[in-house]
Amino acid sequence: MPPALSVRELAYAYGEHRALDGLTFEVQTGELFGLLGPNGGGKTTLFRIVTTLMPPSAGSAAVLGHDTTTEPEAVRRSLGVVFQQPALDAELTVRENLRFHGILVGLGGTELNARTDALLGVFGLSDRAGDRVKTLSGGLTRRADLARGLLHRPALLLLDEPTTGLDPTARRELWAALARLRRDEGTTIVVATHLMEEAERCDRVAILDRGRLVALGEPAALTAELGDETLWLESKDAAALASVLHDQFGLDSRLVGSAVMVEAEDAPAVLARVYAAFPEHVTSATVRRPTLDDVFAARTGRAFEVGASKLDVAQTSHLEPHPVTR
Amino acid sequence: MIAVIHALWRREITKFLRDRSRLIGALLQPLGFWVLLGLGFYGTFQMPGATEVGYLEYLYPGIIALILLFTAIFSTISVVQERQEGFLQAALVAPVPRTTIVLGLVSGGTTLAVAEAVLFLLLAPLVGLTPGVVGLLVVIAAVVLMALAFTALGFTIAWRLDTTRGFHAVMNLFLLPMWFLSGAFFPADGVPAVLRWVMYANPAFYGVAAIRQGLYLPAEAPGVGLPLAATLGVSLAFAIGVLALAVWTVRRPLFAST
Repeated sequence: MPPALSVRELAYAYGEHRALDGLTFEVQTGELFGLLGPNGGGKTTLFRIVTTLMPPSAGSAAVLGHDTTTEPEAVRRSLGVVFQQPALDAELTVRENLRFHGILVGLGGTELNARTDALLGVFGLSDRAGDRVKTLSGGLTRRADLARGLLHRPALLLLDEPTTGLDPTARRELWAALARLRRDEGTTIVVATHLMEEAERCDRVAILDRGRLVALGEPAALTAELGDETLWLESKDAAALASVLHDQFGLDSRLVGSAVMVEAEDAPAVLARVYAAFPEHVTSATVRRPTLDDVFAARTGRAFEVGASKLDVAQTSHLEPHPVTR
Repeated sequence: MIAVIHALWRREITKFLRDRSRLIGALLQPLGFWVLLGLGFYGTFQMPGATEVGYLEYLYPGIIALILLFTAIFSTISVVQERQEGFLQAALVAPVPRTTIVLGLVSGGTTLAVAEAVLFLLLAPLVGLTPGVVGLLVVIAAVVLMALAFTALGFTIAWRLDTTRGFHAVMNLFLLPMWFLSGAFFPADGVPAVLRWVMYANPAFYGVAAIRQGLYLPAEAPGVGLPLAATLGVSLAFAIGVLALAVWTVRRPLFAST
């Protein structure tokens, strides 16, 4: 059986800008697969190619073995897509929207009605079916849009930052709905996100940066590579601190922006020794369990920045850092 | 394929009927134009040659064209936004040919435009125009062709643009001048040669002329001076041409040129 999604040496350039630069990975049937990356990482470009909206500059992508360039019709039949902005008509009711999109994907008659009713039930929308979409909350609209993407029982569901603009409760409900969907229909799900919390829910995650794959694997395995704890030291001169750590303590560290990340077996003890020796170098220190953020930082040497959405990360990260008092 | 076209068509009609402001706006604005301009030029307008035609009467076929233009613009301008963050995103990745999407949306917009124009046609007797059955059929044919052309044109423009502001700019710089120079406003006979050739090169000129000819049948329409076969023929060619352009436009890959 071919993989649900297969991407080979995929490249795309907007003029001089390389949005995708030789990307290769596979998503197996039944997986919940995360695409994690900052804005500009290449997620949107990857989605446009996989959804057959544009051909790649080089390389190939295939959905269930169907090439996106040569067999776009077969790819579209296998794909359900949920975009960042709901693809619903605000003036039409939920049921009218589902009916309309059902016809677009080739359904009709009693089959469409039955499928619509079933999805309304799965997503807790049955009592709002007759309401116009513009009267729904953001969370309900998102669930209606998810139902819209699932009408034709796609083998592969693509979600492009599906929780954008949702409050934490609505986010949790959306993920609960996705869990039910996996259980009931076995749908393979690929979700693009810049939220660590969401990426850590996935079976496997691909971390993208500037169109390249910087990490691929199970979230727990990726973070485990950084040890049990990581020590973050902020300094006015991070580069100097890093070289001091190396020369005098024999510690390997990584420079990430204005901070130094140290992988240490016993982080609090290391911190105590470093701080005792160089109190003037260290302006703040944090010891925490490694996150996918840290994996990104360790692999790219840059902090995981999501631009305007940075606030989202701070609000929803369930892995609270443990500040160490000095 | 027919089911998809029908679904898209029905969506256009449903949305239009639910939006009262649009329902009224597309009809009232041209009506206001007609009354104000008609009365404003009432005393000064003079047809070239000996024919006596009041300005309200002269302007009447042009107002039909304006209704068609406005309705086409209103029903296609939403494409700009819907393609980027609305239902069209999903339509583009649905397993249906893009041509189907064009035909569905354009047929919906055309239907609305024709319906509005037909409502306005009820006012024809007010300016003494009482066409017979043949005349009415000619008018309807010309109206349908023009509605189709304007809707397909609006759709093509909206598809290529990323902002509704851009659409408004195109409307002001291109679509409205197209109407001004269609013979709706003033006849081609009395203007300087350069402007006359611009008018002859404007496909909308032939649509307005065909509507005018239908309204006066079996008599000769004032200020046209072309056979009906020519005006209807050019209108048909224009409609087919723009529709083909719309189909060609949506079949090109999105984003590729950006």
